[in-house]
Amino acid sequence: MKTWFHQWGSAPYFYGRASRWIPWLSLLALGTIAYGLVGGLVLAPVDYQQGQGYRIIFVHVPSAWMSMFIYTSMAFAAAIALIWRMKIAEVYISAAAPIGASFTFLALLTGSLWGKPMWGTYWVWDARLTSELILLFLYLGVIGLYSAIEDKRSAARAASVLALVGVVNIPIIHYSVEWWHTLHQGATITKFDKPSMDTAMLWPLLSMALGFTFYFGALVLVRMRVGLLQRERYSRWVSDMLNSGGSAS
Amino acid sequence: MRKAFFALLGRDFTLAIRRPGEIVDAWMFFILIVCLFPLGTNPDDGLLTAFAPAIIWIAALLSTLLSLDRIFKSDFLDGSLEQLLLSPQPVAILVFAKVLVHWVSSGLLLILISPLMAIFLGLPTEAIPVLMLSLLLGTPVLSLVGAIAVALTVGLRGAGLLLPLLLLPLYTPVLIFGSHAVQAAATGMSAVGPLYLLGAILLLAVTLAPLAIAASLRISVE
Repeated sequence: MKTWFHQWGSAPYFYGRASRWIPWLSLLALGTIAYGLVGGLVLAPVDYQQGQGYRIIFVHVPSAWMSMFIYTSMAFAAAIALIWRMKIAEVYISAAAPIGASFTFLALLTGSLWGKPMWGTYWVWDARLTSELILLFLYLGVIGLYSAIEDKRSAARAASVLALVGVVNIPIIHYSVEWWHTLHQGATITKFDKPSMDTAMLWPLLSMALGFTFYFGALVLVRMRVGLLQRERYSRWVSDMLNSGGSAS
Repeated sequence: MRKAFFALLGRDFTLAIRRPGEIVDAWMFFILIVCLFPLGTNPDDGLLTAFAPAIIWIAALLSTLLSLDRIFKSDFLDGSLEQLLLSPQPVAILVFAKVLVHWVSSGLLLILISPLMAIFLGLPTEAIPVLMLSLLLGTPVLSLVGAIAVALTVGLRGAGLLLPLLLLPLYTPVLIFGSHAVQAAATGMSAVGPLYLLGAILLLAVTLAPLAIAASLRISVE
């Protein structure tokens, strides 16, 4: 366990492993997303209430899951970065934040596109929508702080503190918004709750979620490789690798 | 430890009093924002009263944001912040003194002027004690959480533009509970629930924020 931790903390080792993993993760993402899209957009039956419009959930729900998953993973990485000063964890935060923000934006966008035909409006100040919007602002704050500090080492550590402060706040924000909503106005729109999902819809949805995760994994590794190279550009292993023209270790 | 805390408290209070302009600026900003709303709407149709809790709370948020910059700025520029971090005393306790001074010179003043603002906006008089109580519980949270972001950006040029982006999302729970308590009181409902929640947030902020501020200062100054 301990050697494992140290191995992954070493930049050349991580770089080499990431290079080997990226093609596999991309392949897995391609396969699961392809199955999810075909299964969700073609094979799954039409919803008897919502018609064809419901099919946007095959993108919407996985994006919303990813937006929360990525922020949580960033908070874990932030704790690791602050406690053990692990370089890889620092690079992870800056690499993952823009992807997480994009997924959050995608979730909001698809949600409002779905809302127009179903609810009759693009936007309601519903608890979930509002907390997702604030999550987007939290992502943008992390990105903004990271890019504002020139020394990338301390930028990553500052962004870590902000990510941790944000993660403490997320439950408070979520419950405050939910509570505010229930008091503020009666339930104008009931959230669509299905008794149980048909398996013909469930499998493509889960496959899409898995595919988004693989896609995120591949993308974040690509971004982390770039981040590592930028940060370590004066170190021995980078110049060795560039001179030999191959991949590291 | 106690001695260091009170020494710093005394020093910062003296500094704050010697520079009254900075305090008054943020205070006037609060008053002006509240006064601009009646000018921007029709003051007779009752909407102003309905929005009064939100207006006062948002003005408090913005005014705090404006005054936050001074918590660590001058200490950072003249190097005494570094001395503070090098001192054998726990940094979290010391920064708590600084935040306390900031709150007295910003939040407390807002509370004192808030009854007048409530009258300007036509808030019923029964709601005024609740307004003051909600500000009393909420503005220290604004100072504490704000100090984390200020500590993270203290060495940066252009930090003033970054602060709202970092802080306003974090301020949303305080805004919701604060203005909601006032709204409940103004419409004759019980404001106890939101006030308790504000108190809970305050307790959480008092216990955790000083540690985060200390960690952030170490990152910024190192």
